[in-house]
Amino acid sequence: MGIAKVDSIIDKYRAEPGSLTSILQDIQAEHNYLSKPALIKVSERVGLPLSQAYSLATFYKAFSLEPRGRHLISVCLGTACHVRGGVRIKEKIERDLKVHAGQTTKDKMFTLQTVNCLGCCALGPIVVIDGQYHGQATQPKVGSILKKYKKVHEGERGEAG
Amino acid sequence: MRAKEVKRVRSPEDLEALRDSIVSRRDPNKPCITVCSGTGCHAYGCESVTEAFIDEVKKQEIEGKVDIKTTGCHGFCERGPITVIHPEGIFYQRVTVEDVPEIISETVVNKNIIERLLYVDPNTGQKIVYERGVPFYKKQNRLIFGNNGLIDPTSIDDYVALGGYSALSKALYDMRPEGIIDVIKASGLRGRGGGGFPTGRKWESCRRADGDVRYVVCNADEGDPGAYTDRSLLEGNPHSIIEGMIIGAYAIGSNQGFVYVRDEYPLAVRNLSVALRQAEDYGLLGEDILGSGFDFQIRINRGAGAFVSGESSALMAALEGRVGEPRAKYIHTVERGLWDRPTSLNNVETWANVPLIIERGPDWYSKIGTEKSKGTKIFSLVGRINNTGLVEVPMGITLGEIVHDIGGGIPNGKKFKAVQTGGPSGGCIPESLFDTPVDFERLTEVGSMMGSGGMIVMDEDTCMVDVAKYFLGFLEEESCGKCVPCREGIRQMYHILTDITEGRGQPGDIELLEELSRVLRDASLCALGATAPNPVLTTIRYFREEYESHIKDKRCPAGVCKELIHYSIDQDRCNGCGACLKVCPQHVISGQKKEPHTLSQDECIKCGACYEACKFDAIVIE
Repeated sequence: MGIAKVDSIIDKYRAEPGSLTSILQDIQAEHNYLSKPALIKVSERVGLPLSQAYSLATFYKAFSLEPRGRHLISVCLGTACHVRGGVRIKEKIERDLKVHAGQTTKDKMFTLQTVNCLGCCALGPIVVIDGQYHGQATQPKVGSILKKYKKVHEGERGEAG
Repeated sequence: MRAKEVKRVRSPEDLEALRDSIVSRRDPNKPCITVCSGTGCHAYGCESVTEAFIDEVKKQEIEGKVDIKTTGCHGFCERGPITVIHPEGIFYQRVTVEDVPEIISETVVNKNIIERLLYVDPNTGQKIVYERGVPFYKKQNRLIFGNNGLIDPTSIDDYVALGGYSALSKALYDMRPEGIIDVIKASGLRGRGGGGFPTGRKWESCRRADGDVRYVVCNADEGDPGAYTDRSLLEGNPHSIIEGMIIGAYAIGSNQGFVYVRDEYPLAVRNLSVALRQAEDYGLLGEDILGSGFDFQIRINRGAGAFVSGESSALMAALEGRVGEPRAKYIHTVERGLWDRPTSLNNVETWANVPLIIERGPDWYSKIGTEKSKGTKIFSLVGRINNTGLVEVPMGITLGEIVHDIGGGIPNGKKFKAVQTGGPSGGCIPESLFDTPVDFERLTEVGSMMGSGGMIVMDEDTCMVDVAKYFLGFLEEESCGKCVPCREGIRQMYHILTDITEGRGQPGDIELLEELSRVLRDASLCALGATAPNPVLTTIRYFREEYESHIKDKRCPAGVCKELIHYSIDQDRCNGCGACLKVCPQHVISGQKKEPHTLSQDECIKCGACYEACKFDAIVIE
């Protein structure tokens, strides 16, 4: 993880304490998580206690203190998706990947999270994988989508081996 | 798309000249294909449809003879991707890439209608050709939302061509700040974020508060699950919000504005950023706006995912770069808000109403709606409803009209149960109250609230105890934990509801929930805690028998609560197709092909896969 990149992000916001959240958002986007060295660096350079950076990092859902998987799966559990059976979809993915929502698979391939309303309720229940929307999700549909992703990776691993 | 070398608009006359030149360059009779690019249509794949149109126009060699425009959300998300062919207004729905060549050759070139792409009214079986004829739109009054379908959100010229920024010009040149506040007060506009506080009075308090620096804030941290009205406005017509904010800032005496947008709305951030840049390039934002000497800047801040940060004092803390937690309300944010300066925070939809009121006057505006709730309100009509989408209705329309006439009723012949408004702060309203008009006071009277615009329809398959638990689970996660009643109260209520849904309910639980609700309402620091009991109280009030079934009979009448149900196969209905057997992850279903199957309860995890897979209603939940 390049700490130089962290510096350039802090520079972009002129190390303003008021921009702490934006700085952390950019680091999160760049590195996929907020590492301890990155948080220390930020707090030193903007001149705020580490506890304050940590409090932001743990308060907001967009931040993660652990590396996320290569693919981010978001299951919408907004009210509309909930009444259309979003929970059953979430449970199906949990069973298939053997993780609970909020966790990352052991091979660091997938991180599963739940979100509250993505604003496309007409297509509910909705699953988003790496920004791609899969609407009107059913258990078999989600199962085969996950299989496709897994297959691609097995193929990659095969080539590497 | 940054306009190069644009001429800055330095006076109202310049603005009119600009408008004339844009309009004169456009031929109103030239065919224009608009493809809806709202979030819903995006998810349906509208981008590839747009690309296909661009390619096909080249292929059929009619470049320059037809315009292709991507617009904001048209509202009728259920039928996406939506394509409207102008000038006729031909409405095609569920358009795919494969349909594109035919649309170009048949409709655009030969002016023929393609029947199969038309919307069919499910009630009459009639095919509807024009957008204005679709029943979904008929009872709506799309004052704020209507231009979404006509404007490319990344083109300021589109907005200006439709009269955009003329309200700003009127406000800066023909009105005094106090006069603007009087107009907003007289219009009866109330905050669209949920609270319903009179906007004009808020502005007035902010203007009168001590201090030399003032701020205006646009709350676009739309957090209510099931609501995406603000998102679609920001994505589809960002200039209407910018124009409203500049007018508000001028009235209040502010030179700096902020838009706090949810992190989950990247397209809204993108379109708003483009719009801000274009407005600055034209001299409609920034220094010396329209040559009037008034300066105003707008900055965008992205939220980082916290529901409570949509609360006004919490949002201001978040804007300051601190943790977005609310504070006690004895200090008003209009007096001491952002950085302790007088601040007026208004919701996206509220800001979008402002140019309209200035343009057409408070008398015209206040004729729409009820005695105390004026204008229109946009709702996202979602859940178990045929016509899912965004609807803009005049205040005073009844819930029944929205659900039946606009929403087209419940799918699959199911029975309607309730409509939920107001997000986690609102409540569930039963069918017996369907004549309730949409009005701030009336919705509060029935135990719910207007909220920011979520309207979720529930049918007989929805368990009301589960819904109450769902909202409390949401709020438990989102409570910031600063005050005890909210932090501990919600958790305890959630535990009690979990017990009830898992068969451990006891007599007295309902009363205990009611008692805790009173404490939360009276003692919480902010509205998140104070309104948290609403989903519980309304479901107890209108669906008490469902709670009692769970507690006394250990039954979930809707067949939702896992611990209280079991799945079985109806031997008479099952034809042995094997669909359930194939999807069962536990392999607990057995049977010969074409013979009725059986399901063994022991290892069943009640995942519902068989229920979803069965096409013959043979899976029974009891």
